[in-house]
Amino acid sequence: MSVDIKITIIDREGVSHAIDAPTDMNMNLMEIVRSYELAPEGTIGVCGGMAMCASCQCYVESDHELPEMSDDEDAMLAEAFYVEDNSRLGCQLHISPEMEGLQVRLAPES
Amino acid sequence: MIKTDILIIGAGPTGLFTVFEAGLLKLKCHLIDALPQPGGQCAEIYPKKPIYDIPAFPEVLAGDLVDNLMKQIKPFQPGFTLGERAQTIDKQEDGSFIVTTNKGTKHHAPVVAIAGGLGSFEPRKPPISNIASYEDKGVEYIIRDPELYRDKNVVIAGGGDSALDWSIFLADVASEVTLVHRRNEFRGALDSVEKVQDLKNQGKIKLITPAEVVEVIGEGAVSGVSIKQGAEVFNKDCDHFIPLFGLAPKLGPIADWGLEIEKNAIKVDNTLDYQTNIPGIYAIGDVNTYPGKLKLILCGFHEATLMCQSAYQRIFPDKRYVMKYTTVGGVTGFDGTKKEAPKAVVKAIE
Repeated sequence: MSVDIKITIIDREGVSHAIDAPTDMNMNLMEIVRSYELAPEGTIGVCGGMAMCASCQCYVESDHELPEMSDDEDAMLAEAFYVEDNSRLGCQLHISPEMEGLQVRLAPES
Repeated sequence: MIKTDILIIGAGPTGLFTVFEAGLLKLKCHLIDALPQPGGQCAEIYPKKPIYDIPAFPEVLAGDLVDNLMKQIKPFQPGFTLGERAQTIDKQEDGSFIVTTNKGTKHHAPVVAIAGGLGSFEPRKPPISNIASYEDKGVEYIIRDPELYRDKNVVIAGGGDSALDWSIFLADVASEVTLVHRRNEFRGALDSVEKVQDLKNQGKIKLITPAEVVEVIGEGAVSGVSIKQGAEVFNKDCDHFIPLFGLAPKLGPIADWGLEIEKNAIKVDNTLDYQTNIPGIYAIGDVNTYPGKLKLILCGFHEATLMCQSAYQRIFPDKRYVMKYTTVGGVTGFDGTKKEAPKAVVKAIE
């Protein structure tokens, strides 16, 4: 049975999008952004989701407890630009029921 | 001048497999790649990562996939121009092409197949508004000749292996080395981090953390940088500013070849042969785009196969070629080797 959660993604233009994100399709946040075309193709998920490009960096603006960063994600964010304390890589955030109500803002393209 | 039948730009899995499919059609291939070894991203970025969707390989390490491809194409004796980036392309009167690299190596072929993946990997440039005007005037993203920095005052920015390694190296070359990093923690090899710590303790490297370079200063050339540390912004004199933030994929000079570009990829006119808007130039693998495109290695293999059939017809318009199965025709290499199914033993029973 499909279980969707509601999340809010603020795109790079500052426009807020309320999105139904499936929890049963093994998708991550970067793939959600791509599937809803919230950022131009070629500007997000460039490395395919391997934490190697930081094109899917986003700022987590809600208080959700998210999975800990892997070494790869932490290393990529150490070299990325526009990084804030609440930065995460969308490709490393797998959509789960615990993310209900999550709000993220896409980081600027770099 | 290097001459070949199909000039392949990009030596990733798709480019390498093109050699095999072209070889079956008796077409010679030569590959150009900006990286110093074949394999593209698989070899350079994630050689130890497993891939699970290559047919008949339930699991294969990216590096092993490249090794197997190199073994598979060996009989077809491909040529390689490695460590050089395809820079310009010139169409000849006969419809063939001359491709010249950034180091001036020229290649001539009737067919060019761009298998450039995500593009060439270019240094990631920090978002400093005025940095572009100082490039090659004191701002360098790649250290080509360390002697350029002898007895100079150098500021390096970054927190990975590259920033650490060059800080260590230049500590004995430059008059002053300052390493600026946004975090207090460094993500490089432990040995490198410890060396930087030692050099800092000896006063040979200055560390400024957590901090960011926010502006380049100078009249025509770099004379300093502006550094933001917390709420404070201060200037630091230097002769060179070297941001080392890793590499990011860019389409590179190919973007200026007159090819139709869409969504940072090369648009192909059709999925019959993956030819671009310039006849004789094909785009295969992750570098192309068309309706329904999937950026998967196995799709690149498929595209390479169809492209080679079309390339054959372009090179030999008067010849007819019928596709043969390797199980039937075997594989005959340009090196004289031949692989074929063993003949059945026929012997009468008396």
